[in-house]
Amino acid sequence: MGLANISATLLEISFIAYLVATAFFGGAVKGAKSEATYRNNKWGTIGISITIIGFLTHVGYFITRWIAGGHAPVSNMFEFTTAFGMMLVGAFILIFFLYRTPSLGLFALPIAILIIAYASMFPKEVTPLIPALQSHWLTIHVITAALGESILAISAVAGLIYLLKNIDMSKKSRQRFWIEFVMFVIMLVIGFVLSSSTFKLAGYEAEFDYIDKNDKPASITYNYPPLFGMNESVAKSPDTMKPWVELPAILNGKTLTTFVWSLFIGSILYVLLRLIVRKRLAEFVQPLAKRANSQLMDEIGYRSVLIGFPVFTLGALIFAMIWAHEAWSRFWGWDPKEVWALITWLFYAAFLHLRLSRGWEGKNSAWLAVIGFIIIMFNLIFVNFILAGLHSYAK
Amino acid sequence: MSKIKCQCGHENPFGTVLCEACGRPLTEEAEKSQVVDMRYEGSARRSQTYNKSIIDKIWNFFSSVKVGVSIIVAVLVTSAIGTIFPQKLYAPVTSVNATDAEYLAYYEKTYSFFGTLYYKLGFYDMYNSWWFKILIGMLGTSIIIASVDRVVPLYKSLKKQRTKRHVSFMKRQRIFGEGKAADPDESLMKAEAALKEMKYNVKMEDGAILAEKNRFSRWGPYVNHTGLIIFLFGVLLRGIPGFYVDETMWIREGELRNVTGAPGYFLKSKDFKLETYTKEDANAVFGEALDRNGPIVKNFQTDVTLYKEKEGSLPGSEDLEYVKDYSIVVNKPLKFDGYNVFQMDYRLSELKSMTMQLIEKSTDKSFGEFTIELDDPKGTYELDNGAKVELLEYYADYDGIKDGEPVSKSPIPNNPAFIFKMTTPEKPKGEKSFVAIQQTLETEENAYKVKFVSADTRDISGFTIRKDKTLYILLLGGIIFMIGVIMGSYWNHRRIWIQKGADQQLLVAAHTNKNWFSLKKELNAVKDASELPAYMDRQDKESKDERQEGAES
Ligand code: HEM
Repeated sequence: MGLANISATLLEISFIAYLVATAFFGGAVKGAKSEATYRNNKWGTIGISITIIGFLTHVGYFITRWIAGGHAPVSNMFEFTTAFGMMLVGAFILIFFLYRTPSLGLFALPIAILIIAYASMFPKEVTPLIPALQSHWLTIHVITAALGESILAISAVAGLIYLLKNIDMSKKSRQRFWIEFVMFVIMLVIGFVLSSSTFKLAGYEAEFDYIDKNDKPASITYNYPPLFGMNESVAKSPDTMKPWVELPAILNGKTLTTFVWSLFIGSILYVLLRLIVRKRLAEFVQPLAKRANSQLMDEIGYRSVLIGFPVFTLGALIFAMIWAHEAWSRFWGWDPKEVWALITWLFYAAFLHLRLSRGWEGKNSAWLAVIGFIIIMFNLIFVNFILAGLHSYAK
Repeated sequence: MSKIKCQCGHENPFGTVLCEACGRPLTEEAEKSQVVDMRYEGSARRSQTYNKSIIDKIWNFFSSVKVGVSIIVAVLVTSAIGTIFPQKLYAPVTSVNATDAEYLAYYEKTYSFFGTLYYKLGFYDMYNSWWFKILIGMLGTSIIIASVDRVVPLYKSLKKQRTKRHVSFMKRQRIFGEGKAADPDESLMKAEAALKEMKYNVKMEDGAILAEKNRFSRWGPYVNHTGLIIFLFGVLLRGIPGFYVDETMWIREGELRNVTGAPGYFLKSKDFKLETYTKEDANAVFGEALDRNGPIVKNFQTDVTLYKEKEGSLPGSEDLEYVKDYSIVVNKPLKFDGYNVFQMDYRLSELKSMTMQLIEKSTDKSFGEFTIELDDPKGTYELDNGAKVELLEYYADYDGIKDGEPVSKSPIPNNPAFIFKMTTPEKPKGEKSFVAIQQTLETEENAYKVKFVSADTRDISGFTIRKDKTLYILLLGGIIFMIGVIMGSYWNHRRIWIQKGADQQLLVAAHTNKNWFSLKKELNAVKDASELPAYMDRQDKESKDERQEGAES
């Protein structure tokens, strides 16, 4: 068994460990009456122990893959996203030991699990590095940036718990709508994972030739039955489904196809779940958040931004600029990925300043934390696929 | 303006809300409030005090956090809009000095209506637009004014604070408790010891304790703002000539060229190399990736020699002095005298020379070969048996015939074409022939023909040359920013006040600028060690309920 295989196995072990640990955190929250009594309960202790084991095997995955490939495993979509999931768990463990609140684990781990599942939908092979990436700064910059983002993400988890606990689900309101929307988006991610792995298992592939937006011929392989075709596309594989419509060259039919399939499967899932539990999903999970102390969640939300912000600045801006200067001769080039790192940074700067003026605590602050996470994910997913510039390694 | 004299005797600057020394509320509003606003210690900030002249108004505008956040959000939102379509810099418009009309045409063609709108509104080059620069200028102004407005009074007020605070100050803290103690003096002694244990700076005076720690973290925001301002200042400097060079150059293998933007320096390109990962020599784990993606570039590099004009030699005399050999690789620029030369681009296999032969069409008999150096084509090539070929016209980048004349698109030999005059003893008057790749045109049927034999190619390297004196200023700004955020984020300023009240009473109050959870943890430890009265956190209703629930269960 080669190192690369050991690495893959270790990742699977972590995945399972996180699932099991989530169940134990669930037990810890359910078994206790309040924050004050669940803090040191047995279930919680087992939960965090299993989380740590999962984290260690996850680190093991990271190190073995690093050795196997000869470079830090952060150079393509699968690797980066998996590493992000790992650091999210690491950040959770850190915050757990500061505040000892199992509620956080109950929500942080499922999000990490989703992130790893999402990552696994991308090609998993080890890729050699193109010249621009052959630098120690790749390791330093990407790892620090991902670490910062993962700590910032913890604030969104705390924010989500705060909102689930404090939004009145019995009355119609904007907040009730938006928190339900967040649940819906989570269903879409699950929808993506389900549909993508189904078609992958079935071995579906459809190849097309098309003309790209610079009038150059190109070819592309769909992993989903094509709903939207590329510009002037011609099917190369026999008996594939004919796309409904052909898109103009500036839009990517493959990406849109993937999105619509995920939307479709995710929506079905959402409707099914709502029929089964006969409640809004946010209301359904609300009891899991009820034991959390609001003041503490607010504090964790703020504290994790405070811890994450300097790390993010260092990794995503300062190290990024140093490296960009070495590799591309300019420290800043207004490339979409760079701009979105700046936007993320400005957003959290705004967050911190808004907290300074009173009134931006509690729900407002929790919403901001959730929006911050959306911006981070936007940068990871949307910017890579749609606004692809120099950084895009989504291909 | 007059000073405000507090009942405790301290003279406060006009505009003070809480007495700098004892903390007594000095305004009606503060007097009425349940919990006082401690953010700047209730000190006299210029922006809260004066609002008459135009300068006051401008000052107040920029020192407001609300305004500051609005500016940040404005930069954020416009930047996001700037990523929707490619910026001018990345727009694949072919010619080097493209006109505005060409850009407009590109956005119109590629993105139709929205593209045109994007162009017209100036978003296609927004980061260089006047309005974006103004936004950044306002951001800088706001940072400076807001910081100065706060840091000075905050510093003074923290410096002047007295150990013993007025009861009205204690009672208006978020964390406050009072109660009877068995032996207040003993409690104070124990509390002092416990606080010292926790690394607090403890002052005890007149039956009162002030324990303080990490006051330096209060300066974090001002330090980080200073870093930002230094950074922005560095960016500003790039506009000044001489601080900043940004040029590109193309150099062919074998060529010696003046380094663009670096007078007196010359580069000779000895060799350009391009390597790709192959399945044979790459790490075995890459096999799958190479199968899926096809070849992946491993390295491209130019081996160069750097020369410098000899001191005292006339400019342009090319009296050169060897400096060094270097291999310029992506991520490893050539560095000299503040300049960096980066390997940015390449073009493979540009035609260097073409070898031809003259033949008699009927017999295929050759009169020998000749080589045309495309850089410097010669007029006449003498061949065997008294034959010769004259090169009448040369078109480096032949682009068809317009108005009866062949035309060349550019001076780069992408598609060379020639008009030859072939002279042999049999045809002393000579025959004319037009020769392009895969194509020969003759005005009349000729007896002879110039036939292509082989071509030599060479690679071209694209370099970017940068000199940037501002980099160190930017780096300094970055480092100061980091020190500031770390100071302000990883430490927090905590204070605990304990004092004796009337008949055996003890009063406890505490404040921190952030992280109340840890402050309460420490306060609990002091409380347990020295039998202090219970306190209340006026913002946390749930914990109290929970403690009661917890006690019941
Ligand atoms: C991108 C620009 C900016 C960044 C990155 C930045 C960064 C920071 C940071 C990290 C803090 C500390 C926050 C905390 O500890 O919770 C802070 C505090 C502060 N910032 Fe900024 N800032 C920026 C722009 C501004 C602007 C435009 C203003 C103008 C109003 C401003 C005013 C303040 C004030 C008043 C404080 C609080 C100082 C204190 O608590 O004593 N900042 N800033």
